[in-house]
This record gives sequence, structure tokens and C-alpha cells, in this order.
Amino acid sequence: MISFSNVYKRYPNGFEALKNIAFTIKQGEMVFITGNSGAGKSTLLKLIGAIERPTTGSIIVNDQNISKLKNSAIPYLRRNLGMVFQGQKILFDRSVFDNVVLPLQICGFEHQSAAGRVRAALDKVGLLDKEKALPITLSGGEQQRLCIARAVVNRPSILIADEPTTYLDPSYTKDIMNMFKSFHQVGVTVLITAPTPELLESSQYRILSLSHGELVT
Amino acid sequence: MNMWLSHHWHAFFLALQRLVDSPLASLLNIIVIGVAFSLPTGVYMLLGNVQSFSGQLSGAPQLNVFLKLGTGKDAIEKLESHLKQHPQIENFRFLSKDKALEQLKQRNGMAGAVNSLTRNPLPDAFIIDAKSISPETLKRLRNEMLKWPESMHVQLDSDWMERLNVLLKLGQIALLILTALLSFALIVVTFNTIRLQILTKRNEIEVSKLIGATSNFIRRPFLYFGAIQGVAGGAIAWLIVALVINLINSELMNLVHLYAVDFQLHHISFEDSISLLLFSSWLGWAGAWLSVASHLWQIEP
Repeated sequence: MISFSNVYKRYPNGFEALKNIAFTIKQGEMVFITGNSGAGKSTLLKLIGAIERPTTGSIIVNDQNISKLKNSAIPYLRRNLGMVFQGQKILFDRSVFDNVVLPLQICGFEHQSAAGRVRAALDKVGLLDKEKALPITLSGGEQQRLCIARAVVNRPSILIADEPTTYLDPSYTKDIMNMFKSFHQVGVTVLITAPTPELLESSQYRILSLSHGELVT
Repeated sequence: MNMWLSHHWHAFFLALQRLVDSPLASLLNIIVIGVAFSLPTGVYMLLGNVQSFSGQLSGAPQLNVFLKLGTGKDAIEKLESHLKQHPQIENFRFLSKDKALEQLKQRNGMAGAVNSLTRNPLPDAFIIDAKSISPETLKRLRNEMLKWPESMHVQLDSDWMERLNVLLKLGQIALLILTALLSFALIVVTFNTIRLQILTKRNEIEVSKLIGATSNFIRRPFLYFGAIQGVAGGAIAWLIVALVINLINSELMNLVHLYAVDFQLHHISFEDSISLLLFSSWLGWAGAWLSVASHLWQIEP
């Protein structure tokens, strides 16, 4: 479960990115967050992963109050979240396999069981035959799928993705969205930011719209 | 426990991989550390060898009382009984001038010279071991013996030992200063290597932090890298010193043979070798730790 109540985020330069945000996302729900550039979508996701801290208000993720979380506890919170970042954050000097295995190495998995999980994740995103390839040799869609595999390899209960379809052509976009739906179908809470609602017109999922840092729906 | 081991194994493997990834830079660093460390190690070995050689030569300091030429048998017997009763003398032996000449003849290359002498120029002598080895007591004894009417010269063979000991102490101070300076240099070399690594691995550190890596997880491979580099540098220093000792020993053999002395430089003992490797590894670790502590906090996702 993710719960925001009266959350404000003001950056040191005085810019107020989020104002009085309050919502609850139930376990296993799939939610889209939309809004124009600068609306506060990325900030909202960063607050869930404790990459940013709220100025005021409380954020509960998996029964943990992130606003009061000690810095030393943040890594353990992030291990239970699958995050697909806007800038992808791929390590281009490592193979596809080595990129995906990183969260498991961080959690202390043994090589054998980690390898099994990595291959399962790569299979799920259709990259099993490219495990030895370097990310630079992958297409944009494949790189995004690599990021999804890295996010889900640790089998998180919450999957958050910051504009995962930006810069992808429509065929890849549909592909990636179907992937998130499949994770949602197996009980994962999925939270995705998307710049425009057009993409989601036919979506049967809940949509939270942000405008100038405020929740409008 | 398994997770702890797994983390350490992963960090160790990653550190090795980073060493192998830039082989030339790593090798040069290790050689610099090795050469720098071979200096204090070499000086330490040299001091140890000189110390053991001087101990081997002198044992307990002795007093040699050389009697005036022509000292009679009665006077010698009188001196012997005096020495027997002396409270500060452990034991003594009389070396007659004939026996001294015989011993001189047996020395390498001296037989010809001795045979050419028309008369024995050597004096009778007493070789005395004192009960105390304190320099003051020995000097008091020497002054007392100098006053004997039969004594021509009294030689205290601890004089050169004292001078050598002072020199060795100076050498030890120089060794300490050299070790401290070069240890500092090793820390600086490792600090800078790790700083550059942190800069080049910035993206990896950032991603790791984003997906749940603790500071310890990120820090560990750098610490292992510093320790491995340090221990490899220590091993190079060991090799350099062992090689130099071998080279010197082969030349030294010819030299000591000329003086009829049995001496060769000892190699680094097993304990000293382990201490060297542990110390260099610790210094590498310390350099890495300082570097990580001062640079890692600057990288936040």
C-alpha cells in the first residue's frame, strides 16, 4: 500500500514541486500518474523511493513512514521497490545479465540462485537470448525492457516507472505497457507516470492527474 | 552469514576485476608501492644483519691485558692469582706470546710474514671476561689493570661495539622516519587511485544506491582493491629485497672468504614476511578507506 497525506515538497531554491498531495493506492492496484512537464510526477515517484524527502506531510509505503525513515534504512526500503528510472540508468560497461543481477548481488543472493532469477526476468521481458550482449547493442525498446527486468528481478511488491515509454515508438510503447499489465496481473502494485493522458484514453486503470504540483483528479 | 560471505566474495571479486580491467595502471601502481616499500624493508634487513653479525663477532665484551715484554714467570703467576680472587672477573685465560704467534701463523696469508720474523714481537696477554657487561664497570676494570706495573696496554673490545650500537640506533631512527614517509606515500597513492576509480564508477555507484545498496556494499570493493594493491606492493618489495640479498650474498661470499669469516646476509624471516604483507595491505586499506570516506558521500542519486 502507498499512502500520501498532506504532502508538500519544496526544493531549496523555493520551487514548490508538490502541494497538499493526498491519495492511497491499494496493494495490487495499477495506477497512472499524468501531467505536463514540471507537474511534479517525477518528484512524486522520487518521494516513494526516498530519493527525495517531503517538506511536510507523511508518506506510508509498505507500512513504513518514509518521512521519518532514517538514512541507514533507505537502502532496505528500496530493495522492496522495483524502479524504472526516467534516464534508464543502465550500466553500459556491463552485459545485460550483469545489469540485471545487480539488485540480487546487493541483496546477497548466491550466484546460482541469482542466475536463475535473472534468466527468469530476462525471459519475461523477451531478452533471454541477449543476456551476454552489451546494452549499447540493444534498441531503445530493448534497453527499456532491460530496465524493467532489473526492476522486477528482486520480485518487488511495488513497481514504479517514471515515463517508461518516453522516446519509444508506438509499437514499443504497447509492448512495454503490456509488460507492466502482466506484472499487475500477478499482484504487483504498479505505478507509472506518463506525460499525456491520450496514451491512456482506453485504459481501464485509475489515473491521478497532477497540474502545477497539485492533484486535480 | 551466507549473505555476509556472499557480499564479501562479491566485493573481493569486483576488486580483482577492477585490477585486471586496467592492467597497466594497476601494475605501475603496484610496482611504485613495491619499490617504495623495498627501501625500508631493505634497510630493516641490513640493520638486522649488522646487528646479528656484531653479536656473532663480539659475544660478551672482553678485556685484553697485554704485558710488558720481558715480564717474568713469577710476575705472571702473581697476576694469575690476583685475577682468580678478583670479585668482578668471571674467568680469564693466559695467552703466551708463543701461542699468540702460533695462532697468527695459522691465519690465512700470515704464515709467510710470521716466518720471516727474526724474533717474536708479540707480548704475553691475559684475556679476561668480566662478570658485568656494563660499560662503566668495564672501563673501571680497564683503568685498574692499566695501573698494574706489568701491564703495557689494556684493550677493551666493547668500544667499537658501543660505537656500532649508537650507529645502529641512528639507523633504526632513520628506518622509522623512512617507513613513516613511505607509508604516507603508499596511502597517498592508494587514496588517489581510489579517488579516480570513484569518479569513473560514479554512474555505477549512483545506480547501486538507487536500487538499494548500502554504503558498506559500495565501500567494500574499494577497500578490497586498496588492500589487494597494498599486499601486491608488499610482495613486490619482498621480491626486490630477496633478489638484492641474493645478489649481495654472492659477492659477499668472495669478500668474507678473504677475511676467513663465516658471514652472509639473512633472508627475510617468515614472521617478517607476513608482517610486511599485512602492514602493506593495511596501508592500502587505510588509503582506500580515507578516499572512500572523503568522496563517496558526494555521490547521491
